[in-house]
Amino acid sequence: MTDSLQHISSGLAHGDLAALWRRYRPRAIGSTIVTALLLLGAWIVVFPFVWMISSSMKPTNEVFDITFSIFPRTFSGFENYYSVLFEQPYLRFLLNSLIVCAGILTVQLLTAIPAAYALAKLKFRGSAILFGTVIASLTIPINVTSIPIYVGIVKAGLLDTYFAMMFPFFISVFAIFLFRQFFRAFPDSIIQAARIDGFTEIEIILRLILPSAVPAIAAFSIFSFVAHWNDLYWPLIVVQSQDKMTATLSMMQYRAPFDTDFGKTFASATVVTAPMVIAFLLARRHFIRGITMTGVKG
Amino acid sequence: MATTSGPLQRAQTRLAYWLVAPATLLILLIYVLPIIVVFAASLTDYTLVSDYYEFVGLDNYRKMATDAQFGNALHNTFVFALLFLPAAFVVSLVLAIAIQERKRFRSILEIVYFLPVTSTLAAMALVWSALLDSRQGIVNGIVTSLGFAPLNFLGSEDLVLISLAAISLWSIIGFNMVLFLAGLTAIPTNLYEAAAIDGADHPIDKFLKVTWPMLGPTAMFVAITTSITAFKLFDTVAIITRGGPDKASEVYLYLAFLEGFEYFNMGYSSALSLVFILLILLFALVQAVFVDRRVHY
Repeated sequence: MTDSLQHISSGLAHGDLAALWRRYRPRAIGSTIVTALLLLGAWIVVFPFVWMISSSMKPTNEVFDITFSIFPRTFSGFENYYSVLFEQPYLRFLLNSLIVCAGILTVQLLTAIPAAYALAKLKFRGSAILFGTVIASLTIPINVTSIPIYVGIVKAGLLDTYFAMMFPFFISVFAIFLFRQFFRAFPDSIIQAARIDGFTEIEIILRLILPSAVPAIAAFSIFSFVAHWNDLYWPLIVVQSQDKMTATLSMMQYRAPFDTDFGKTFASATVVTAPMVIAFLLARRHFIRGITMTGVKG
Repeated sequence: MATTSGPLQRAQTRLAYWLVAPATLLILLIYVLPIIVVFAASLTDYTLVSDYYEFVGLDNYRKMATDAQFGNALHNTFVFALLFLPAAFVVSLVLAIAIQERKRFRSILEIVYFLPVTSTLAAMALVWSALLDSRQGIVNGIVTSLGFAPLNFLGSEDLVLISLAAISLWSIIGFNMVLFLAGLTAIPTNLYEAAAIDGADHPIDKFLKVTWPMLGPTAMFVAITTSITAFKLFDTVAIITRGGPDKASEVYLYLAFLEGFEYFNMGYSSALSLVFILLILLFALVQAVFVDRRVHY
């Protein structure tokens, strides 16, 4: 095949032809088609974001125009976002989400890291039972325990509080499991040497174990933050007032029969989803490492 | 050494108890106690509205057998899972293999396909319901421009689960793709070279002889996490369809949510929750056994 081609086009320099052939041989064409398909798929995946941002800058009557254009004919971006951020309580919703996510993460780290260290490196009676319970709890989603926890919160008069929004997630059995695996890999000889040098156990945790576990802690923190920012289920159950509404929960206001102002609807949708998307774009290596390390989605 | 290890050991043990105490207390309050209470409540007719309740034995479980809503929700969940699972698995795997071989555009493709994973599904559900709108949606604009009648993606009983599966697919392929990519990168290249010497040069041969067997653990992990995602379908139903039209998209968790937190039938909802966890465990077990038998490496 190559030979006959070279015979036919003897006018072309040999090198040119070989390059041409390399470029257009079937496999290379196949590869170009695959790249084109991947880019088309990427356009379909990203289109809802493009449409959302575009619509958030349009006046209501333009959102559902027969011919979609990315750039609005009448630019209402400023008034839509101004209204969402300053006339509607969206800053409050964002702040609520931030408070809840940060509170959950702080308590999760404070409770999981010491427990994981003890399970990984210290001998104590009951450790096998505790670890067994951790593993068993891994299989239990919030949807299963929500009723008793909700009833407990109602009886304690704590409905519609930050505490109620955070409480079921104060312990992450997944974090205990992940950190324990990570701490176990830490060499015992170093810990022994530190003990002989007079380090207390707390100093060992703070000065040796924690710095070595930064990748695992970062991965878990991202996972936890994203999961609780995007959570709809639990806030839907315990939040009752606008005061405590989270950004994600606020999306329920626009259910099915749409609010009349489409431009503002999608401006608020953009505001709600932007923090996690921007965080991902800024720290995408960490996000992806977090996913492969934790392998869990909210 | 032996003399000092005694007190040191005791001090360490004491410290260990202090370290695990907060976590243990919270696990008891958040997991152990609620599971016991869920089980107990599932044997009663407890409702939040009245404090009076009776022990009803297995009535709540018996009720499921005859409850049309339960049958409907189970049916919808399985139909959704059957639509969603194969696509979420195959599309992500094909995508990962295709992207791994790219030199150009690789990182931009990775970013774009992963974008839906971190975005807030509740917000994007609003966007999807606008895109899939029966009259003004842009997807129907494409459908009609191809000469077909517009489709009622979210308002028709036949289409609603397909549409929800498509939205879920959109939101998960990037996640599964990243897991598959990690699995693919871990396959040593000399295995491909060895396979090529044995005559496996064609991409399909390479896939069947090297990639697929080596990807076994990743594949099982993806299959299990994807199934759990399928059973936990909630956000898009709560935001877009509210179980409609005519309960055609009322899936398991949404029914359990309605029973517990809209109608306050806590007893029945507790029974539903326990059956839910059994379903998930059963599904994971079946897959583990199935994959274990098929993958040897």
